[in-house]
Amino acid sequence: MSATGTINAGYLETLLAGQPQLPTSPLAWLNALRAEAVDRVGVLTVPTLRDEEWRFTDISLLTKMPFHPVRTTISLQAADIEHFYIEEAATRLVFVDGVYAPQLSSGIAGSGVTVVNLEAGFAAHAATIEPYLGRLTEFRDNVFAALNTAFLHDAALIVVPRDISVTVPVHLLFIATQKDVVSYPRCLLLAESGSAVTVIEDYVSLQEDAYFTNAVAEIALLDNARVNHIRVQREGAKAFHIANCAVSLARASNYQSVSVAFGARISRYNLNVQLAEEAECAVDGLALISGRQLADTHTCIDHAKPHAVSHQMHKCIVGGGAHAVFNGKIMVRQGAQRTDSRQSSRNLLLTNKAHVDTKPQLEIFADDVKCTHGATIGQLDSEEVFYLQSRGLSDTAARNMLTYAFGAEIIERIPISSLKCQLEQTVLEQTATQL
Amino acid sequence: MIYPDSKIVLEVRGLCATVNGTEILKGLDLTVRRGEVHAIMGPNGSGKSTFSKILAGHSAYEVTGGSVMFEGQNLFDLAPEERARAGVFLAFQYPIEIPGVINSQFLRLTYNTVQTHRGKEELDPLEFDDYVREKMKLLEMSPDFLERSVNEGFSGGEKKRNEILQMAMLDPRLAILDETDSGLDIDALRIVANGVNQLANKDNAIVLVTHYQRLLNYIVPDYVHVMEAGRIIKTGGKELALELESRGYDWVGVEHKAVARAVA
Repeated sequence: MSATGTINAGYLETLLAGQPQLPTSPLAWLNALRAEAVDRVGVLTVPTLRDEEWRFTDISLLTKMPFHPVRTTISLQAADIEHFYIEEAATRLVFVDGVYAPQLSSGIAGSGVTVVNLEAGFAAHAATIEPYLGRLTEFRDNVFAALNTAFLHDAALIVVPRDISVTVPVHLLFIATQKDVVSYPRCLLLAESGSAVTVIEDYVSLQEDAYFTNAVAEIALLDNARVNHIRVQREGAKAFHIANCAVSLARASNYQSVSVAFGARISRYNLNVQLAEEAECAVDGLALISGRQLADTHTCIDHAKPHAVSHQMHKCIVGGGAHAVFNGKIMVRQGAQRTDSRQSSRNLLLTNKAHVDTKPQLEIFADDVKCTHGATIGQLDSEEVFYLQSRGLSDTAARNMLTYAFGAEIIERIPISSLKCQLEQTVLEQTATQL
Repeated sequence: MIYPDSKIVLEVRGLCATVNGTEILKGLDLTVRRGEVHAIMGPNGSGKSTFSKILAGHSAYEVTGGSVMFEGQNLFDLAPEERARAGVFLAFQYPIEIPGVINSQFLRLTYNTVQTHRGKEELDPLEFDDYVREKMKLLEMSPDFLERSVNEGFSGGEKKRNEILQMAMLDPRLAILDETDSGLDIDALRIVANGVNQLANKDNAIVLVTHYQRLLNYIVPDYVHVMEAGRIIKTGGKELALELESRGYDWVGVEHKAVARAVA
């Protein structure tokens, strides 16, 4: 990232206010990690349009906002947040403005599967998580990940032991309740050899003023592990949401992810997936935005070893004067022979002011690989609209149905039926108001 | 079947139309009454498909002259969806695939929309399920089709059956079947034709647009019209189709020109 401007430095200082008051951890390595992150924040700057990785996404607005870390925590009752619950997911960790809310959570502790706030996992898992926490994410050259790591305290910790399949999905619910607050949600998921788990990472808001969510998720799949990762970004309309997720797949493991972005004034999701031999991933995404929203998804799928498979379908539905960005990098490293990689970026513009930048980016350094990619940008097909009209649907109903269908293709891939229905309803409502 | 004193469903007079400035229809005349089955035949490019799409209200075609009355109403006063609700149905030559929309949802939405506009009761999902399954038997369709995305991954024959299923649901006054026989093997053709025959009654009318006579072995027309260069140039009974099959289309044009010269 570029080293421009002293305004940035002052801004980052305000974001760091409160960091020294964090309680010291009993784990020396965790304190060292936080200290290193603080140092990195001092060196790095907020990216601008001049940075290649940020050239479509102007976040200068963010630096003009007076965000501060959470000072007082709001006490919520279950009744305030029940509408966010997901029927199938009885295991739930709730974080309010980034702070763990034990009275609202129903985790799992003790022997077997662990779903707890980070601190509660130290006794049993400190050594297990040390190689992953703060190591999967490259915070050293990413200012937002560095800020999050500097504030590393409350975090969702999921450890699934060897050969255990968790049948009930785990719901990680991050709720924003306060204006002008920056929160640092954090997750670490460790799926040990042969284990399986489904996790929903869910960002919601109880208020409509501006706030800033700066999230980091780290996911490690050991040999043959299977993880379903559903990510739902439904932040408030004036929110800023910047998130980094790093996923590491060991041999023959399988990672399926669906991420949807509906909310936030400006959102950015960086997803980095690294694949070992015979690992497989399906990484799908949907951004549905309107008004003046900006939703940026940057993914990097790194075929580091041979015989791995990656499939990716990313869709954007852009209405109003909104702006969607997709940058999908596929890296096939030298020696990663027999890589099978398929990427598709499909974009639907609902108005003539809607804007999308899509950039598939393939970097292939092996010669025996199968890699395909494609990008389309378009409006609704008039023949399809006519077909539906000829069956009695109004022009508006026809357009709604086609727009819905475009998004539903991604939502359909979510393996949790109540969440799927809920999100399909959101797509239906959003498209109905836009057309 | 021809019924005496049957009401006129469709009356087309001197219809002219262009697409992208090219004249495709050049004074087409056609009268269709309730109960009748009409076949419009003709070589490629004669304007058959254009005519079907204009009746359904496709916006790519511009009507430049003539009139079309449907059940006593000016058809061009109606938007495509209003035509559908009023009872015009077009079975597409190339039905559109809609990934992401489940067939049963789609069929129920269209059915209920049309029912509501006709002042009839909607069906809830359970009632509709019974109703649609009954209609599917007509076309020997497996209930599996209900759970799939509309036309997605359907074979040619399956798509055409799904079209006729929609015709069965929407109960049109006028059904226009655009090249419904194209891409069908003989079994699928028989099933589709069977379905259409069972839907034909004394209150509705069917217009078959086809290049080949083969479909007419199964759906027997009351009238056969030959279209060339944007007009109907010859009308006969079902035997005309057989004659076209054996002799081709050229002689009709030659005969038509000779008649035209004689009149002049």
